[in-house]
Amino acid sequence: MTSPVIEVTDVVKYLGDGAVRVAALRGVSLSLGSGQLTLLMGPSGSGKTTLLSILGCILTPTEGTVRIRGQSTAGARSGDLAKLRRDHIGFVFQSYHLFPTLTALDNVRLALDVRGVRAGPAIAKAKSVLETVGLSHKENAFPHELSGGEQQRVAIARAIVGDASVILADEPTGALDSENGHAIMTILSNIAKDPSRGVLVVTHDPRIIPFADRTIHIEDGRILDDEVPGAAIH
Amino acid sequence: MSLTFRLASRNLFQDRLRFTATVVGIVFSIILVTVQMGLFLSFERMVTTMIDHASADLWIVPIGTKCFEDPSLLDETDRAHALSVHGVTDAVPVVIGFTEWKVPSGGTTPVFIIGSNTNTAGLHPWNVVQGNLDALSTPHAVAIDQTYFARLGITRIGDSTEIRDQKAQVLAITNGIRSFTTTPYVFTALDHAQSFMGTSRNRVSYFLVHVAPGTDIAAVRGELLANLSKVEVLTPDEFRTRSRAFWLLGTGAGAALFAGALLGVIVGTVIVAQTLYSSTKDHLSEFATLRAMGSSGAYIHKVIIYQALLSAVIGFFLAACVGLVIVEATAETALPIVMTPLLTLALFLLTVLMCVASAVAAIVQVMRIDLSRVFRQ
Repeated sequence: MTSPVIEVTDVVKYLGDGAVRVAALRGVSLSLGSGQLTLLMGPSGSGKTTLLSILGCILTPTEGTVRIRGQSTAGARSGDLAKLRRDHIGFVFQSYHLFPTLTALDNVRLALDVRGVRAGPAIAKAKSVLETVGLSHKENAFPHELSGGEQQRVAIARAIVGDASVILADEPTGALDSENGHAIMTILSNIAKDPSRGVLVVTHDPRIIPFADRTIHIEDGRILDDEVPGAAIH
Repeated sequence: MSLTFRLASRNLFQDRLRFTATVVGIVFSIILVTVQMGLFLSFERMVTTMIDHASADLWIVPIGTKCFEDPSLLDETDRAHALSVHGVTDAVPVVIGFTEWKVPSGGTTPVFIIGSNTNTAGLHPWNVVQGNLDALSTPHAVAIDQTYFARLGITRIGDSTEIRDQKAQVLAITNGIRSFTTTPYVFTALDHAQSFMGTSRNRVSYFLVHVAPGTDIAAVRGELLANLSKVEVLTPDEFRTRSRAFWLLGTGAGAALFAGALLGVIVGTVIVAQTLYSSTKDHLSEFATLRAMGSSGAYIHKVIIYQALLSAVIGFFLAACVGLVIVEATAETALPIVMTPLLTLALFLLTVLMCVASAVAAIVQVMRIDLSRVFRQ
């Protein structure tokens, strides 16, 4: 693993207020490097999604620090966090979150458009990335014309087209059958072989464990174990 | 086409029923504003039409005159004092006022008399389509507008009737000289007008002052004021402003027209705001995804504002088409709706402003999205 892309230290996160206030994370520390695929596993309510949100600069921690490529998010405003996401993070969601009125190509291109990339280069790059995920023949298809697996591949293309340092995937196989799930994990695993970026996958699905370079188990807001197969436990 | 524009247009057109409702709302709103403002402009023009068509460098009017139709009178002897002022070449007397016109088929109807001698540069009828101005100097001669034939019981040039029990014969006919008060104008010579209204021969309503070329009008006005008592001396622009102020502000007519226009703007804004808000609500998960992808606030604002602008342009185009039909349909009525290039531009800008202002609620809604919803759906 190279220098950390994201590093969180002693992160505590409370959700809700007053009587319904709950501690979703209770002192989590971890770092994600590039060149590896990390699985984050745990039961429902364990704090996986909250941790993913904090790693993705979508939520800010109640306590503790978050560093993206060495840059602390402490005191960052909404616009600063958006810039960090734009520059360093790509998301893949369980329900894809594609734009139904845009074609596959435009959905991918959108990630470059929000970065201010001009149309010509953006279209060329989006086409190239669609080819990488095996969908060049579907670039003009709308999401409703694609299967679930194809939609997720478009979502992955959208996440990587901006050269994000880390891809955060939330249950990317959760809505797919095993064949499509396997195909998606193969793509994510290949992305993680790129030494310039890392992939974190939140999942319940034990079938994807073989793809992991590292597996983190979380429960009750605490990391229980952090395994790197074939290496010492952290 | 930019991707933001494409996203905005497809968001907007996706729900065609809602889009249609928005456009209909904008169209009705803008038509309401168009009609109100068109009537305002028309009214504003009509209340000064006599001043606009009078030949005068300065107007001598009775002190306290509020508008052209004011019934106050001046003393004819003031004319001599006016003519004694250096630079004044003429002071043409004009008499105006209401009187009764006997309808040949029975009964009477009020008319507004304008008396001015045709051998002077005074206030004469224009757009004469039958007969001629010189005929007005003959005894009993009057000019009326053909629009009022039915009201006045006249069928052709040469028809006779009585005004205040005195014979009147129509010897000139005009086209398009309509009164905003709906009382027909009757043009005649000065002395006929005085007779028709029962006004003494030494009383007139105004003097239209003509000055020699190159004369300092301000200096002439000062001297006129010094030489005459109980009068005001106004430039045509000042008299127009005073007449407009009286009819539009003093009577509340302008306020009523503006209130109608304001109502149109409010209705339009609410309709567009409601539609944009509801469209944004339907696409919240997409906006949340955009924000999760790191798009700036400005990028998202652009998408929503494009939706608003598209609605504005389409709504305005349709409203303008309907507006043109209304303008054409009212052209020959007593109070035609006036549409000028400036008013058209102002209405377009108002539509854009209304739609962009409507986007504020939608923008606030998007900026308050809980971004973590992208992981929950």
